[in-house]
Amino acid sequence: MRPIRIGAAQGFYGDTIEPAVATAKAGNVDYLCFDCLAELTMAILRKDQLKDENLGYTRDITGAMKALLPYVKEKGIKLLTNAGGLNPVGAQQEVLRVAQELGITDLKVAVVKGDNIFEDMEELMDSGISFDHWETNESISTIKDKLLFANAYIGAQPIVEALRQEADIVITGRTTDTAQFLAPLLYEFNWEQDDWNRLASGVFMGHLLECSAQSTGGNFSGDWQDIEAMDQIGYPIATCEPSGDFVVSKVEGSGGLVSPETIQEQMLYEIHDPSAYVTPDVVVDITKVQFEQVRDNEVKVTGVHGKPKPEELKVVMGYENGYMGQVIIGFSWPDALAKAKKADQIIRQKLKRHSLDYEELQTDFMGYNSLHGPLAEPPGEDINEIYLRMAIKTASKREAMKFARLFPPLALNGPPSMGAYIGNIPPRQLVGMWASLIPCEIVERNVDVHVQEVFVNA
Amino acid sequence: MPNVQLKEIARARSGDKGNTVNIGLIAKDQAWYDTLVHQVTSKRVSEHFDGLVEGEVTRYELPNIHALNFVCTEALGGGGSSSLRLDNLGKCFASNLLRLEVKVEKNKVD
Repeated sequence: MRPIRIGAAQGFYGDTIEPAVATAKAGNVDYLCFDCLAELTMAILRKDQLKDENLGYTRDITGAMKALLPYVKEKGIKLLTNAGGLNPVGAQQEVLRVAQELGITDLKVAVVKGDNIFEDMEELMDSGISFDHWETNESISTIKDKLLFANAYIGAQPIVEALRQEADIVITGRTTDTAQFLAPLLYEFNWEQDDWNRLASGVFMGHLLECSAQSTGGNFSGDWQDIEAMDQIGYPIATCEPSGDFVVSKVEGSGGLVSPETIQEQMLYEIHDPSAYVTPDVVVDITKVQFEQVRDNEVKVTGVHGKPKPEELKVVMGYENGYMGQVIIGFSWPDALAKAKKADQIIRQKLKRHSLDYEELQTDFMGYNSLHGPLAEPPGEDINEIYLRMAIKTASKREAMKFARLFPPLALNGPPSMGAYIGNIPPRQLVGMWASLIPCEIVERNVDVHVQEVFVNA
Repeated sequence: MPNVQLKEIARARSGDKGNTVNIGLIAKDQAWYDTLVHQVTSKRVSEHFDGLVEGEVTRYELPNIHALNFVCTEALGGGGSSSLRLDNLGKCFASNLLRLEVKVEKNKVD
């Protein structure tokens, strides 16, 4: 059996598609796999969908498909994506529309549904599922009335089913980040569903590829100054063997770096217990993984171990959690920090007098502590500028807007040399996240795969 | 024995999941792994992040890649889409950890 080559296409909603196009052109890949969803993304998609029920999927799928569909036809590259978010059928229809626009026919586009359990919540609760918080054990009753969405994280099997139905493109909702990457290996190599070590290796490969350039030198904390051509960074490509072992590389001539060091950083990204990285397909143990640089920009990965998959799926729900109002204003040398601190005091006193209703208030001095919080070292006296950033959490949008109105007068009534008012930042709805568990079979019986073909315009 | 910041001897990357942050800390050279294991305890990390991390800090060891992984709960002011913080996804926690000082034998650091 020949090895299968899988390329990473996108690491998040909004990621550039250029490196995926480079991989499609010159990477000799069989599959391009996307990971478009994060918790924050689901919140953004829900806000979109509330404004327009036809939305709810990642809207950059249009540009991505325009750029990549020609390669699906020319080279037979299959595209697997969870861009469907909260509306996978909407995303599927958009892909079909783009295909028609490009005059591409004989294209099978599959959609996987069943992860979205929002409409079934009442029924599921009546049937005895508690949806208590999986870490704190808090009861869902505290947020139940404010729920915005609820999705179970499903695994690779329905994507495999879509590939068996000869889909060229598979669009899902909230599958796990690694499912898109594991599915081709299950389909091509016919791995048994309890071949835990191989499954774990496939999931780990997906984990290394799912954040696009984070394996190829992006976000590298080592010698990042030496990473070449970051403007043309290549996205990772995995050459996967039937044994489960794989080699990570990138398109020749692209920027970035593939080394054991760049891969190790991605290895630990968003991992909790490294001996038990839980996915719906397998529990992965990476405590014995080994890396070997086999060639420039080629790293071989071995030693991934797996344990039986869990009996429950993770469910992530979003709920309305008030609004954030924020304002940013700048002060110049001399005494920039002292001026910004004075402005903070003035606003806090005004807040008391205006009896504005808020749950939380945060002050940051940008240029000093806005990213390091209480761990920041105080700046020298000669710092040229500091930006005062204040953020408030309120129950209503109106209260958040009242907050912003307190700031402009500081330009004339406050400390001297207020040099920048980055104003009019619209209040943002805050979305709280609630994670829980649900037995696999309850979700799986509703998972549905449907394939639609592009029809030819008469 | 001189003190050095972790940034001299280790690399790090952090990421979010809900209101939890994890920080992967990898020794630049295998020889520094023992230093990390002995000195960068979960207690020290918890104290270092006083004011940012409100929950527990759990440490996992990965001798295969000479790394430690720290999982910090209640660390993001409610989590990515709910936090008032500018580093709402905890991407800077890794560099924050690299400020921490450890003792090293003088002849081992340039």
